[in-house]
Amino acid sequence: MSEISPVAFYLFAGMALAFSVLTVLKKNPVASAFSLVIVFFSFAGIYALLGAHLVATMQILVYAGAIMVLFVFVVMLLNSDSPSFDFRRSPLIFRFAAGLVCFAMFVLFVKVFRETGPSPSVGPFTSAAVEAAGGNTRVISELMFSEYILPFELTSILLLAGIVGSVALAKRHGSAEKASSKKGVSSVSSR
Amino acid sequence: METLLSLLSQIWASHAVLIITAIKAVLVAVTLLQVVPLMVWLERRGSAVMQKRLGPNRIGPLGLFQGIADGVKALFKEDNPPAHVFKFYYRLAPVVSLIPAYMTFAVIPFASSIAIGEHTISFQVADLNVGFLYIFAIASLGVYGIIMAGWSSNNKYSLLGSLRSSAQMISYELSLGLSVVGLLMIFSSVRLGDIVRQQGELLVQLGPLSIPKWGIFIQPLGFLIFLVSAYAETNRLPFDLPEGESEIVAGYHLEYGSMHFALFMMAEYINMTVAAALTATLFFGGWQMLPGLPALQALLTQNLGLVGTLADLLRVLFELGSFVAKTAFFLWLFVWVRWTLPRFRYDQLMDLGWRVMLPLSLANIFVTGILIYYKVL
Repeated sequence: MSEISPVAFYLFAGMALAFSVLTVLKKNPVASAFSLVIVFFSFAGIYALLGAHLVATMQILVYAGAIMVLFVFVVMLLNSDSPSFDFRRSPLIFRFAAGLVCFAMFVLFVKVFRETGPSPSVGPFTSAAVEAAGGNTRVISELMFSEYILPFELTSILLLAGIVGSVALAKRHGSAEKASSKKGVSSVSSR
Repeated sequence: METLLSLLSQIWASHAVLIITAIKAVLVAVTLLQVVPLMVWLERRGSAVMQKRLGPNRIGPLGLFQGIADGVKALFKEDNPPAHVFKFYYRLAPVVSLIPAYMTFAVIPFASSIAIGEHTISFQVADLNVGFLYIFAIASLGVYGIIMAGWSSNNKYSLLGSLRSSAQMISYELSLGLSVVGLLMIFSSVRLGDIVRQQGELLVQLGPLSIPKWGIFIQPLGFLIFLVSAYAETNRLPFDLPEGESEIVAGYHLEYGSMHFALFMMAEYINMTVAAALTATLFFGGWQMLPGLPALQALLTQNLGLVGTLADLLRVLFELGSFVAKTAFFLWLFVWVRWTLPRFRYDQLMDLGWRVMLPLSLANIFVTGILIYYKVL
């Protein structure tokens, strides 16, 4: 493994942690979404440090687009500043349960990270090997279209099912609206 | 003095690559900054030429210093945010839209590499093996600045403008990404350096006319889709619906003034520059010399008796000149189109994106695949 600059790692990891906390704590949903963008951006930074440039780029490309859609929904649909759940008013038992789960999670993390078993064996894809085979992008695409072609194609079928499902939902919604009223209600357009 | 020199040489010895990269980064950033006032001037003078007016012609020769005057004015204007905005995000938004614009230029090569001493200097800030995917990824972050501005302005026109821009970005990012897949299939690399190098090869020889393997000749449809999508991505006319001053006043930057507004303008012009440079790099051979220049370069090298590094420097100069000329042409095309075409209606914009551009780019990939299978390309 190539060595990772500890300064850069702690910078990105710290940013990811801090903004994850902010995502949960911010009262304003739009502010939460902005924090989430920075979390994903920091993850991309860590991937880039590990030498996985393609994964880092895809992280930004895909999540930036995905959160953009989230944004639009937040701005358009959830236009309220009231939090959906006020923990100070919740029953005592919930508060107790939440505390217990947090503690259990913490213990679990400590246990996992203190476990220092035999160091994992180095696979065939070391940084040097990947660089020799023509870089990240080439190695991943070649693997994806040879060894992992079946999972890759199955994923596309999954996505197709999702598209067909959303179109079917939108169609039913649109026709129901048309049938139910002629008041000139603007039909819900969907992509 | 001596210790200082030895210290400097020590630093140079241990961090040469870092220092060279830093110098390149600063040079590129400063050059990009100079493009902005120049483009503002070009846009105003260009529009004046097309509308039979004079345009700004008072400050400096041909009005060239107008950009400086505008910048000074923006800097010294009172910064007075309206009372109803979310201050933090309102202030952050212009910066968020400017930084990605700067970051994207990092992977664009502007000349071939040169050997000075023991170091090979490539004229590209970062040669990432994800190449132009990096540009698409970072450019997609720029829209967050617009969204942030629209939302934090707390104004219905601004919000409408930013919602329009997010819908437009998502729609045209698809065809933008798909339009270069054909190119990717032919050159089988996403590295911009590799793509430019391969574009130097000969495609066909028509008598005395030798046609190079430039992207425009092997992917004409891909070029068209790329150009249109790039205009939509940079929010330029005929796709400047996020601004749409006739319907939503000025869209996302309605509530902005002074330097905040100027930062949005800078982001727009730098995005344009990156789009123009990327068009030149992907489809017009990047730093490959314009026709006629290789002969001139050979002549000059011979007559001046240049050898070694000096000859290489001359070559780099010619390549840089070619790259700048191509980029400048596409920048001018932005202005040209802006003052020629009217703005699209919103439904027309979405129709064009989803019903024309997307199927066309998919068809382009399919046809390219067939051509590669039958070894035509």
